[in-house]
Amino acid sequence: MTAASPPVQASRAGGPAVAPASHHVGFGHLMLAEWTKIRSVRSTIWTLLLFVVITVGLTVLLTWLTAANWHGPRAAPRDATIVGDPIGFILGAGVGLGQLTICVLGALLFTTEYSSGVIRASLLAVPKRIPMLAAKAVVFALLLVVLAEIVSFGSFFVGSAIIHSHVPVSLSDPNVTRAVVGAGLYLTVLGLFALAVGTLIRHTAGAITTVIGIVLVLPILSGLLPGNWGAHINAYLPEQAGSLIYAAHKSSDQLLSAWQGFGVFCLWTAVLLVAGGYLLRHRDA
Amino acid sequence: MIEARDLTKRYGDKLAVDHLSFRVEASRVTGFLGPNGAGKSTTMRLVLGLDRPQSGMATINGQRYADLSQPLRTVGALLEARAMHSGRSAYNHLLFLAQTQGLPRSRVDDVLELVGLREVARKRTGGYSLGMGQRVGIAVAMLGDPQVLLLDEPVNGLDPEGILWIRNLMKHLASEGRTVFVSSHLMNEMAVTADHLIVIGRGRLIADCSTQEFIARSSERSVLVRSPDVDRLAGLITAEGGQATAEARSDEDRADGQAAGLIVTGLEAPRIGEIAAADRIVLHELSPQRASLEEAYMELTADSSEYGVHSPGAIPGPAETAVVAEPTVSTTQESAR
Repeated sequence: MTAASPPVQASRAGGPAVAPASHHVGFGHLMLAEWTKIRSVRSTIWTLLLFVVITVGLTVLLTWLTAANWHGPRAAPRDATIVGDPIGFILGAGVGLGQLTICVLGALLFTTEYSSGVIRASLLAVPKRIPMLAAKAVVFALLLVVLAEIVSFGSFFVGSAIIHSHVPVSLSDPNVTRAVVGAGLYLTVLGLFALAVGTLIRHTAGAITTVIGIVLVLPILSGLLPGNWGAHINAYLPEQAGSLIYAAHKSSDQLLSAWQGFGVFCLWTAVLLVAGGYLLRHRDA
Repeated sequence: MIEARDLTKRYGDKLAVDHLSFRVEASRVTGFLGPNGAGKSTTMRLVLGLDRPQSGMATINGQRYADLSQPLRTVGALLEARAMHSGRSAYNHLLFLAQTQGLPRSRVDDVLELVGLREVARKRTGGYSLGMGQRVGIAVAMLGDPQVLLLDEPVNGLDPEGILWIRNLMKHLASEGRTVFVSSHLMNEMAVTADHLIVIGRGRLIADCSTQEFIARSSERSVLVRSPDVDRLAGLITAEGGQATAEARSDEDRADGQAAGLIVTGLEAPRIGEIAAADRIVLHELSPQRASLEEAYMELTADSSEYGVHSPGAIPGPAETAVVAEPTVSTTQESAR
């Protein structure tokens, strides 16, 4: 024990009296508590920082490499693709990898409650359980939407400036503003998607593996499915549907529009959150 | 007041709590005793709504835990397992809990002061010792100034000063009219703290009575007599209706020239003294033997110990068993005296 000796006087046991529990404790109190939880652990701060650095950094790196190599040997088909959807290229460059940090953070947000044992303290404080999950999801979504929009607009301005001499792209171009705003929304919903998986699986490694498997591996596997039904399955996968929102132009064989795709992604997330909430309520903590 | 009615909890095919019913009254410290694996922690988790029972229910002041609107203001709990993020400071851990109940920040400082952790509260709890972790747990339990306290093995990892502090704290809280329910597998700790005991083994209720009654009920009183003339004395005691058995003596005792002893039951010490005096038998020692609470407890739970040592001959005695089971606490208690 390095701490100072505690007061043994019995008279101090209860401490000063606490105000009577007359006032109502609302959802705002729970949100404040969840915000305290998020900001008071270094790993979340570091992961968010990593998200910003990776996303903006990769946007700069990839657009710069592309601009430097414009009209280069064997670059013609790539250049043509970029001219067809410059905003999709700029945003995809950073979001492609940056989204993995959001997957990890979302999964960790709930699984660390279990691995550290905080879940017991949390559930003793909010024994109805669902309000705690709801507060966590809302606070996390608010945090992400602010940060992801800043990162998305930042990536766009930096990336479009670098590539401007080859492909000029501005927010006034058709669908560009929707795509830039959409990238931030996609990352926000992705965070909630990962949070929901974490609520369902509870183990950090399992949850992260599952989310990354769904986001990165599943589209590749379903892309190998043959025929029309294979294409349909692929189109309705969470990441495939959700990522349509940050590409400006429809490819000719696209089954869903950008907003339809985003809606499908939101639906996936909502279903998983409800399932996670159900299990949280009924499982032993 | 805490009330459990017919609580049953099964994990897979293992019955952890088996139709357990009891009441924990206010204004006294109620000890919750049982060997390791008896179901104490499970019972507390059921009362606190962390686990769901297969049948039965538990209420606190007449309400289920899950129905309490600001639970930490009614019930304070210290669980055995660590419930803190190692990367978060004690202050922030208490702060977020206070925020869930709409309690002011000043209350966090108050409870940190109470447990003597104010100086280190801003440090991450990963670097805390076991004892400091327990103190944070106590601070959490006291955060909402609750009327009911459930403490699972609170003295675990505390130093002698800390053990004394928590004993006094529990007694004081009970004297203020609060309900204090404290679990332990250490009988001696409960003997000095608890007014009332609830003893369980293998998830079933074994005893629910006052501490004094518990000792009296489960231990037979005996008297140790030493005399150079034990054979004659033994005959007289038997004639008076007592039972006398020769005390086991080591060679060392014999070498020291110590007189042979008798363990007498069925007669009180004054009567044995009178018998000896009447026949002019010299006594070297006449001492009533009171079974310790630890012995009474071992005797009572002998059949229900989940992981216990089943042949008593294999181990020296009950007191030593406790030392083996919990070296830290027992040795610190020794040095406290």
